[in-house]
Amino acid sequence: MKNSKPKEPGEAVDFYELRLYVAGQTPKSLSAFANLKKICEEHLKGCYRIEVIDLLENPTLAKGDQILAIPTLVRKLPEPVRKIIGDLSNTERVLVGLDLRTIPQAERREA
Amino acid sequence: MPPRNKPSSDRFALKKCPTGIQGLDEITLGGIPRGRPTLVTGAAGSGKTLFALEFLVRGATLYNEPGVFMAFEETGEELTTNVSSLGFDLDGLAKQKKLAIDYVYIERSEIEETGEYDLEGLFVRLGHAIDSVKAKRVVLDTLEVLFGNLPNEGILRAELRRLFRWLKKKGVTAIVTGERGTNTITRYGLEEYVADCVILLDHRVTEQISTRRLRVVKYRGSYHGTNEYPFLIDKDGISILPITSLGLTSEAPSGRVSTGIPRLDTMFEGKGYYKGSSVLVSGTAGTGKSTMAARFAESACKRGERALYLAFEESPKQIVRNMGTAGIHLKPYLDNKHLVIRSERPTLLGLEMHLLQMTKLVTEFKPHIVVMDPITNLISVGFQADVKSMLTRFVDFLKAKQVTSLFTSLTSPGNLEQTDVGVSSLMDTWIVLKDIEGQGERNRGLTIVKSRGMVHSNQFREFKLTGSGLMLEDVYLGASGALTGAAKAAQIAEEEAAALARTEEIERLGRHIERKRQVLESQMIVLRSEFEAEEEEIRKRVAEVQAQKQAATDQRARAADTRKADEETSR
Repeated sequence: MKNSKPKEPGEAVDFYELRLYVAGQTPKSLSAFANLKKICEEHLKGCYRIEVIDLLENPTLAKGDQILAIPTLVRKLPEPVRKIIGDLSNTERVLVGLDLRTIPQAERREA
Repeated sequence: MPPRNKPSSDRFALKKCPTGIQGLDEITLGGIPRGRPTLVTGAAGSGKTLFALEFLVRGATLYNEPGVFMAFEETGEELTTNVSSLGFDLDGLAKQKKLAIDYVYIERSEIEETGEYDLEGLFVRLGHAIDSVKAKRVVLDTLEVLFGNLPNEGILRAELRRLFRWLKKKGVTAIVTGERGTNTITRYGLEEYVADCVILLDHRVTEQISTRRLRVVKYRGSYHGTNEYPFLIDKDGISILPITSLGLTSEAPSGRVSTGIPRLDTMFEGKGYYKGSSVLVSGTAGTGKSTMAARFAESACKRGERALYLAFEESPKQIVRNMGTAGIHLKPYLDNKHLVIRSERPTLLGLEMHLLQMTKLVTEFKPHIVVMDPITNLISVGFQADVKSMLTRFVDFLKAKQVTSLFTSLTSPGNLEQTDVGVSSLMDTWIVLKDIEGQGERNRGLTIVKSRGMVHSNQFREFKLTGSGLMLEDVYLGASGALTGAAKAAQIAEEEAAALARTEEIERLGRHIERKRQVLESQMIVLRSEFEAEEEEIRKRVAEVQAQKQAATDQRARAADTRKADEETSR
């Protein structure tokens, strides 16, 4: 897997295209967005794009990415597509979900 | 808002939503609760998805109520293909905006859970689908997939509770399917959320024969049939016949139906069976039960009526050929569609399925008479009690439709009047065909054991199958019982000889009298002539004597004249 190569914070990485699905301005979606922003700034500075989709405005989009839970973060790029549900308060798990773990842990996980 | 139901005097009465599934609305007295969720549960392959889908399709086509199908297990394409054989055109309905299918895909391995979430996405999708077709009906098939794929069951249960509240608020009539658990109604306890109506589907195999059954486990605020009802999935979708609910309320028509055998008609007051009655023809093997049944069917067709022949032993072609040799010609009626012969091995289906299929056939074909030949074969697929209960329902069903039915039953020699299935009590008329063995041959006899509501003949008749049809003949009663066949012929010859002898004797005696009379009469003539001769002789003598007497008187007078005798001397 191309993402499993060693990556250091700030090192050049693949471009991350992220979509955050929310349904209205709920506390959960606001905190999800804040958490995401923080993690991306920390680990993916300059290599990411976040698109926030409010399903209350665009309900049809839920079908395309098979969204059930809110909030859901979808990593469209790099492939494969991954989904992370919840308010992204557990940073560790978000990093696992985004394949942004540090080397030893990443290797241990894949072993 | 849910549309108002048919005008009801009680505005607090539970509003019901007709499912359009054949038979279900009768069991539930109108359908499932309108505007509320109903749980349909059953094991894998019990027909839950089809049930739910038919609910939507019927709603869209029959009641103009669009629907949403939210599939968690199958994609829209898979569903469309699966049910196209049932004539459900999902694509077409979707194009007309009468049906929306949303396939929900969820895969645990692709999901990472990080903190708090809810299932608003599901609500949004469902809400959007409902709005897009203005749906009145919703199916969720099956929510249990979520339990396996969402890591946090606590959140899921809270969200499900919210979902059902939300569905009620939306006013849609929903069907939620669920897999049956080992000791619970559903594996994940969905019944906890759906408290209004629970329908259980079952697919049971007994003695290698499978039967689908449906039961309304619970229906809050409404009467409903509580029995297990067998149902059938065929080209028309699901059909449930709530046959067990039929009762003894059928009409009693006084019309008559010919038996097809003139001489037999005369035994039934000259008119035949009652219309809408049930007739049992029982007898040992080879006594002509099927032939009698076929004759009955043929005569109905001849009158221009429709006849349904349910055969469990022979194929239609075989029946047509075999009956042809007995002078019963069924082919023309098969061709003009007045006769339908349905041949099936009893073991092909369970009893309930047979019943369901037969009643379905009767409903579609609307026959005037039904022949079932023979009922005893059904024993091979069920216990006696089951067979009896099934036949009871079938007879009730036919009576309600005023269809005259004839059943044949094979009995073993020995207990001739004890039918295997014990069904005789169900029957209005019971004819027994017997084998009469003796003098190196086997003949057939017929007797009417009973016939409700008519004065029938109590005579025993000989029943003959000839190339030109069926015939009934009188039997001869001899010292050793009733005589038939060759013995009867011998008896006839003997009696004829005796009769001849008697006639001859009578003639002989007659002649004797005649002779006597002639002799007597001739004697009388002789006597008379003798008497006449004698009489003449005597008369002659009398005349002579009188003449002499006269002559003497004259002589005396003349002498007195000459002597001039005085008066005194003459004195």
